[in-house]
Amino acid sequence: MSTTAPETGIIEERWDITYRHSTGSVASAFYAGLHEGRIHGVRCPECERVLVPPRSFCDRDYATTEGWLPVGPDGVLETFTVVYRKFRSLPDPPYAIAYVRLAGADTAILSYLRDDRLGDVDWVREGLAVGTPLRAVFAPAGERAGRMTDFWFELAGP
Amino acid sequence: MSDAVAILGTSQTEFRHHYEEPQPELVRRAASMALADAQLELADVDAVVYSMAPDAMIGVMHPERWVADAAGAIEGRPILRVNTGGATGLSSAQLAYHHVASGLFRTVLVVGAERVGESGDAQMILNRIWDPFYERPFPLNTVTMLAMQAVRFADRYGTTDEDLARVSVKNHRHGARNCHAHIRREVTVDEVLESETIAYPLRFLDLCPQSSGAAAMVLANADVARTADRAPAWINGVGVGTETYWIGDRMGPRAAADHAESPALASAVESACARSGIGAHDLELAELYAPFSSTELHAIPDAGLCESGDVAARLADGEFDIEGRLPVNPSGGVMCSNPIAVTAMVRAIECALQVTGTAGGHQVHSPPTHALATGIGGDHEFFAAMAIGAEPRSRTEVRA
Repeated sequence: MSTTAPETGIIEERWDITYRHSTGSVASAFYAGLHEGRIHGVRCPECERVLVPPRSFCDRDYATTEGWLPVGPDGVLETFTVVYRKFRSLPDPPYAIAYVRLAGADTAILSYLRDDRLGDVDWVREGLAVGTPLRAVFAPAGERAGRMTDFWFELAGP
Repeated sequence: MSDAVAILGTSQTEFRHHYEEPQPELVRRAASMALADAQLELADVDAVVYSMAPDAMIGVMHPERWVADAAGAIEGRPILRVNTGGATGLSSAQLAYHHVASGLFRTVLVVGAERVGESGDAQMILNRIWDPFYERPFPLNTVTMLAMQAVRFADRYGTTDEDLARVSVKNHRHGARNCHAHIRREVTVDEVLESETIAYPLRFLDLCPQSSGAAAMVLANADVARTADRAPAWINGVGVGTETYWIGDRMGPRAAADHAESPALASAVESACARSGIGAHDLELAELYAPFSSTELHAIPDAGLCESGDVAARLADGEFDIEGRLPVNPSGGVMCSNPIAVTAMVRAIECALQVTGTAGGHQVHSPPTHALATGIGGDHEFFAAMAIGAEPRSRTEVRA
């Protein structure tokens, strides 16, 4: 028996779970487009909305969607937040995420919004608003992985 | 006949950051307290509903296995577990209501416990409620999702940071009177505005705490209720609503519902009121699920208590204060205690306490005849509403 008393009262545990998510045909095709530096949507044949990110069916009409339509890279900021507090296992602040409705799309897509001034909340208050023009910017071809993080948003103006 | 269901007993533990009692012990404590409050024995209970939000919050998968006996599901008593995220507690009470109103069960126990403080990774866990393909690669979580709602609401209705702060001041003032509340201290508008910005535009004092604790309710039909030696509260109607999974579909000219607000919450409340034979104008008190000050700004108008453009002015006028015309969250609400699995159940419990005049330190001056409890789960996927009254009523009864 150990001579030192064990710590009682708390059991520490960490989960480490591995998944291999099948991305399916629609997201796979979308990722392939991102790898080429292009963003595409799909259209619902009933409501005729162009849905970005694309999905196999329209949840308004329960109809199978049809592809593929190029959208962006220009867009309009629909909403955003800038995070200043560190959440464990999430990125180091400050960072911004934003929903942007790209030209040609009826819905908005989420990505990071990059700007050197995000650390200044006064700049954020003045410089970002619903309706601010943004554009999607891609990583250089050699750095693209065919994933959502291949592009981000930047202010379209100066 | 009426399809109203009686709330014979309720319980809440004190809510705080951490409990040493493990999950089954907390669940059993809340269940026993609610049964004692109802003056019933476990043997009088026909079925159990276990109220439990995402498993990872307590670190046990399929926890209804572990906790079924503690919840009272022994001696062959049936149990179902409900998880609708933040709405879980009210969805659980709705399932129990359906059990009783259907005539299949006379008396149903609803119980749950939460220990958000047990993992320091709550917002990472909540990031995992998004799909791995399009949304989860980004740090979406309940804080960032609601911050993005706050930006749209402010854009649409011109509300300010001061308006958000006034919601926080009101709820903290109420929570200070509530012996169960996790946060029991008053704050000022300046303190809120000077607190750290967590996720723009939301500051530390605009947000709820991470709470642990348990709650339970005992629901029964009118025959059982007649044997009680005091007047119960009554569930007179329930409603549910849902919106699209896709946050980005809730913006732009072709959006069916805007991320700024929640038309599906409005329809859930309308259904609950209609089934009670009342309108939103008959409500005298509301316990609205609103974990952040920004949520309450849209939940009040969505509940039909005023117009969206008026909410800030009415809040500033004190209309929704505990002494006001229509008290909203007299308990201090979710901003003062957020034990996720039972948070929305506590909204119904608080309404039951208020209509029976037994809320204690935060009892409103004149017990309301009609009160409203709401819950919101996921990101606009699960809205729940419950109309709770001092007397049994229903649409059926009103017609007769």
